[in-house]
Amino acid sequence: MKHILIIGATSAIAESTAKIFAQRGDRLYLLARNYERLSSLAEDLRIRGGASVGYSRLDVNNFDAHEEILTTAFAALGKIDVALITHGTLPDQKTCETDFNTALAELNANAISTVSLLTHLAKKLERQKNGTIAVITSVAGERGRQSNYVYGAAKGMVSVFLQGLRNRLHRSGVNVLDIKPGFVDTPMTARFDKGLLWSEPETIATGIVRALDMEKSMVYLPWFWKYIMLIIKSIPERIFKRLAL
Amino acid sequence: MELSGWGKYPTINAQVFHPLTHEDVLRCICDNPQNPLIARGLGRSYGDSSLAPHVISTRYLDHLLSFDESSGALTCSAGVSFADILSAFLPRGWFPPVTPGTKFVTIGGAIASDIHGKNHHREGSFTDHVSRLKIATISDGIVECSRERHPELFQATCGGMGLTGVILEATFGLKPIKSVYIDETTLKAKTLEEALDLFAIHHNAPYSVAWLDCSSSGRSLGRSVVMLGEHSVQGGLTPGKSLTLIVPVDMPSFVLNRYTIRAFNALYYNLLRKKRTERRIHYEPFFYSLDGIRHWNRLYGKNGFTQYQFVLPKQASLEGLTTVLERIAASKRASALAVLKAFGKNNTNYLSFPMEGCTLALDFKLDTGLFELLNELDSIVLDYGGRVYLTKDARMSAEMFKRSYPRWQSFMKVRKAYGADRVFHSLQSQRLGL
Repeated sequence: MKHILIIGATSAIAESTAKIFAQRGDRLYLLARNYERLSSLAEDLRIRGGASVGYSRLDVNNFDAHEEILTTAFAALGKIDVALITHGTLPDQKTCETDFNTALAELNANAISTVSLLTHLAKKLERQKNGTIAVITSVAGERGRQSNYVYGAAKGMVSVFLQGLRNRLHRSGVNVLDIKPGFVDTPMTARFDKGLLWSEPETIATGIVRALDMEKSMVYLPWFWKYIMLIIKSIPERIFKRLAL
Repeated sequence: MELSGWGKYPTINAQVFHPLTHEDVLRCICDNPQNPLIARGLGRSYGDSSLAPHVISTRYLDHLLSFDESSGALTCSAGVSFADILSAFLPRGWFPPVTPGTKFVTIGGAIASDIHGKNHHREGSFTDHVSRLKIATISDGIVECSRERHPELFQATCGGMGLTGVILEATFGLKPIKSVYIDETTLKAKTLEEALDLFAIHHNAPYSVAWLDCSSSGRSLGRSVVMLGEHSVQGGLTPGKSLTLIVPVDMPSFVLNRYTIRAFNALYYNLLRKKRTERRIHYEPFFYSLDGIRHWNRLYGKNGFTQYQFVLPKQASLEGLTTVLERIAASKRASALAVLKAFGKNNTNYLSFPMEGCTLALDFKLDTGLFELLNELDSIVLDYGGRVYLTKDARMSAEMFKRSYPRWQSFMKVRKAYGADRVFHSLQSQRLGL
């Protein structure tokens, strides 16, 4: 039985992942902003077999609340085997290009809030000397593209932060997992038409649980994104800048 | 977003809402409702039942709400699928009371279609096991109904194709099982009559269904393989891993033609050497044989296909089915898959499909002349007192519908009483004049 903290627990990928943990009989503590959805999810996870399911409301943009709520979560769980950070928004790139306040809000929601949460979590897990910190970033963080670079910059920042954190926490026996999904069909991406490269949240969730069990440092989900990104990253910048990506 | 049913025909460009809570649904249908609007689950109805310019997806209304460990009574939101229920409850020894032929169907969809399974002859259809529903209505907000409370809304919603409101949650009983395996008996029937006799002889088998060779004719018209099953007590509850194949893109439409279909059917029938075969098989291939091939609907090509499923009353079954099969054989069309099943007694829902008798489901690739043939089949079905399943339908006429579903006017009364006729319409309901 594992003790698992999920931040942004009502995102589609987080819910699917939490269902797998619950059906394995793990202990869960959930944090999310939508309280109505959160309490309903907690009951669902109890029915599925979660050994215990606690939850609190958290607005990740309220940085000042992070430390206290994480302390509460730690106390409720006793210890933390896995802390999974999944929250995020998908900015409207066009608006961000003309309105810095929107861009700032998006960077706060997708990067700075995560850095704040990671800072508090890292202190606690470093003391605990075991466990895994896992964060959902994105393949979009690997190379900036005109259609999506504010989101990409935020996710890329988190990925680099995680690299450093992994390096630092390795000595303490704490694993840091960077989860990089490709296109996933969730409420966040509801407005897009879906093609061949799109995946279901359930597929991503299965991949997350497998990567956690294997104590991986980084994972592309589904697997084929590893090769897509290999190609995308290998295109020389002088050609890349001309592409309509 | 472009949407279609499982048959890929017809398609519509729809605005899709993804409510996360019951309150979101109410906001969606009551505050300045977009019209016409219809609820949609996993899109497994074949035709246009879940298509409208505005669609409420129940995809994220996917929480289990309560479970009684002693009785097996489960309450869940409408977007929970059979696949999800199996993954959560099968390892604990519980199974859906009635299951459709694919596990990728939501509970909301199962209720709206009043789906049936291989145990209809003994257990009735899905809604016969539903004790309580919560529905978001236009006139009265969220209404809780059952056979005792608002029985007319309950009866109209069960089998009502989503036309009374948005089904939010349901309570129904799971049944206890001891194994993930099914003890299956396979019986070959040389003729249609023999197949129907086998259903009658084995009416006590918990599950029964037949695969019918629709490309056979003459003396072997309607030759079948009847499959009987019951939950095994051996083998335990650990779910096995099943292999999934994927059809990645639409196949060219010539892949399934009458020659490949005839060859496939003859091979299937003749590979079974013995008159009677017994084996223990996993529940997945027994109940969900096609779920092992993701996107199998792409095999029919980009123009799509339609499934023609009809039922005939018991006394007319043999003669009526013979007439239909002869007409299909004469048309030189073939159905890759034909599934035959004897139904038990019907329930009292206004628009539920099953009636005591025999049902046959046929898949046809869409091409010119198909609808003319299906119209002819409609009149045969009507002559014998039968009807066509709304969940599979994409083309039936309003006249055919109204003559074969005689309680449609009672249904309309309930629809009006809850203000549903002002908002909820699918392409199908508009076509059928509902």
